[in-house]
Amino acid sequence: MSVIHLTYEVSGDDFTRAGEASGMVKSKLKKLGYNKDAIRRVAIAMYEAEINMVIHADGGVVDVDIYPDKVEVVLADKGPGIPDVKKAMQEGYSTAPDNVRNLGFGAGMGLPNIKKYTDEMKIETTLGVGTTMYLTVLVKQ
Amino acid sequence: MTVKELAEKLGAEIITGKNSLDREVDGCYIGDLLSWVMGRAEMDNVWLTVMGNINTIAVATLADVSCIVLTENAALDANAKARAVMQDVAILKTEENSYQTAIKIYKLFEEEA
Repeated sequence: MSVIHLTYEVSGDDFTRAGEASGMVKSKLKKLGYNKDAIRRVAIAMYEAEINMVIHADGGVVDVDIYPDKVEVVLADKGPGIPDVKKAMQEGYSTAPDNVRNLGFGAGMGLPNIKKYTDEMKIETTLGVGTTMYLTVLVKQ
Repeated sequence: MTVKELAEKLGAEIITGKNSLDREVDGCYIGDLLSWVMGRAEMDNVWLTVMGNINTIAVATLADVSCIVLTENAALDANAKARAVMQDVAILKTEENSYQTAIKIYKLFEEEA
């Protein structure tokens, strides 16, 4: 049973608001006294995943479960799906459009960063239906 | 060295973050691609960039860098500034480029050691 459950909606194509949900989770964890490193890893992984939803999937829903020893984040979208997950996981591989690159995104580091900062990462994706990503960050107190 | 001391020694203008100026700085990262910064920068780093949009502020907060230094007098968007004020992210501005600024910061860290 989780200590706290949070749900956020990420709106599509709105880069100014991306990061709000991860920011709120960050301050929540801070208030709860979680260690800095764990908070940072959750916040970055979640932000990258949020940005992916904004760029590729016209938004989606984020569910966060906070446990004493771990934080689980589930991000579900109804976007186009990822045709080749293995390729998408490679550093530098990006299908982001130019307008996104001008904002400093689209470096092809999103999924690799998520992998780097989480202890578990699972992607379920179906072309034309959507993508759900399951992330776990273990908290070592 | 605190953010405030860094600003003074660099001769950089402090634009936002007056409540974050006592924060200690440790190390430096240079980059404009936000995911690179999130993947590579470390907590408490000084982050040198020319990217002054609202996402820069989000990245600084989430990656937990000590401050942003906008080099070459790079512009800070109005909404980015508002967000930085709201979240108390320290932003400094200098006319020097990232290379020159990094050399100065390196020397400051050397003096401290």
